[in-house]
Amino acid sequence: MAKKSYSFYPGCSSQKAASASNYMVSVNSMCKTLDIELNEIPDWNCCSASIGYSGGGELPRLALSARNMAISERENPGQDIVATCAACWLATREAQERLHDDDKLMTETNEALAQAGLKVEANQNIRHMVEVLIEDLGYEEMGKHVTKPLDGVKIAGYVGCQTNRPFGIDGESYENPKYLDKLVETMGAEPIENYDQKVSCCGGALAFSEPEKSQALIKDIIESAYDGGADMIVTPCPVCQMNVEVYQDHINQKYKTNFKMPVVYYSTLMTVAYGGSGKDAGLDGQIIKAKQLEEIASK
Amino acid sequence: MTDANQQMVEQYRNSFLREVEENVEEGEWVKMCMQCGVCSGSCPLGPYWDHPPQEIFMMIRAGKRDEVLQSTSMWMCTSCYNCIVRCPRELPITHIMHGLAHYAKRLGIAPKNQPTHKFSQLFWDNLTKTGRVNELKLGLSLYFMNGIGEGIKTSLKMQKIGLGMLMTKRLSPMELIGGHKCKDAKGLHAILEKAEELEAARIPVAGK
Repeated sequence: MAKKSYSFYPGCSSQKAASASNYMVSVNSMCKTLDIELNEIPDWNCCSASIGYSGGGELPRLALSARNMAISERENPGQDIVATCAACWLATREAQERLHDDDKLMTETNEALAQAGLKVEANQNIRHMVEVLIEDLGYEEMGKHVTKPLDGVKIAGYVGCQTNRPFGIDGESYENPKYLDKLVETMGAEPIENYDQKVSCCGGALAFSEPEKSQALIKDIIESAYDGGADMIVTPCPVCQMNVEVYQDHINQKYKTNFKMPVVYYSTLMTVAYGGSGKDAGLDGQIIKAKQLEEIASK
Repeated sequence: MTDANQQMVEQYRNSFLREVEENVEEGEWVKMCMQCGVCSGSCPLGPYWDHPPQEIFMMIRAGKRDEVLQSTSMWMCTSCYNCIVRCPRELPITHIMHGLAHYAKRLGIAPKNQPTHKFSQLFWDNLTKTGRVNELKLGLSLYFMNGIGEGIKTSLKMQKIGLGMLMTKRLSPMELIGGHKCKDAKGLHAILEKAEELEAARIPVAGK
């Protein structure tokens, strides 16, 4: 397949030494194998995710996403914008819809952008990396590069919220999307069946502000993975990954559980299956080590 | 009562619905609610809400202005979008909840001690400072948002998680002194200032 180029919006959590820096490491390795070129949007800014609304009214929040789109249009013309973070993807795509639906907002947003010499049309497609993999490459192409199938690894595909709603992946249902399971299968691993928590909410940003309430949700997500016989959980979202991985000790204390479930990204699985090292796959970024993947990677 | 709030009370004396339609993000959708309750049943933190979305929509029509705007409910939205995709009338419920929360905050009447209200403001202040989120400063400001005593307690509770993040290079102490930022933070600030000015010309802000 010929090289594919995208205008890339990495987002705050993917930066060096940030909470999803390990995601970025594995995405870079995966893209190298798949001949995907990511052209970072120069000097991109935060999208304010879904939680900046206390201080950020509609127009200032739109202006944030619009600045990224404007720079992308200028610097990476003709390319689709691709985000690896669910919240980045969602906020940018929502902003695009809002600007196209409302001429007044479009005019005012451009009035604000003009302060920094920018102008937005919001005409580039805004896509999640998973869409690129499924729609532009396809399972067959993804499967072709597997050199170390993840034999015998049982995986719960935790899709979560924002990669799934409200936009989701074309052709998938909101209540039972199957793409993550298909991807797991393509890498030679075994998706667990009937994972009833696959689209449940982990609490998102409220894991910080309302930890008790969010941890009750996270507990169900992990418990259901264990019930299905999973060795690990895979997710396409940095917030899901962090929330489900890092609070397991607190949950164990509170609920007298014995959780120690690794939570990885789809790109982690793919990098290992493509023959990458543990370092290439960002496995050193796991707080709960994914030992089976480490073993396969070191073979 | 704040000036901004008083101004809106006087302007919309008899119709809170109209006030919401004209000033709250996506507020024009509220009247489309048919009270089926699917949103309330789909909300992951719904059991903690004093008034789940369905009730909020009816209360808006019933003119229960203070009860709605002073409610902690919509601050507990996790932005999971379950309600949006399940609503038979396709109301953008998540956005309306964010919009109501912001409007209450804007008028200076949102519940002061609701933790997600505080966190949401900390998040906005954090990201707008340099254009990118500083995760370390955000975490610390969150732990200490209820004062030093509780801050130390929370920090101790979070110590092991922080250490885990540090050991796996998913957190850097360097973020305290410098950290990631937009090169053109000045341009970004000018954009935001203009956007806020344009919005304030339509909808008042408490204290301004």
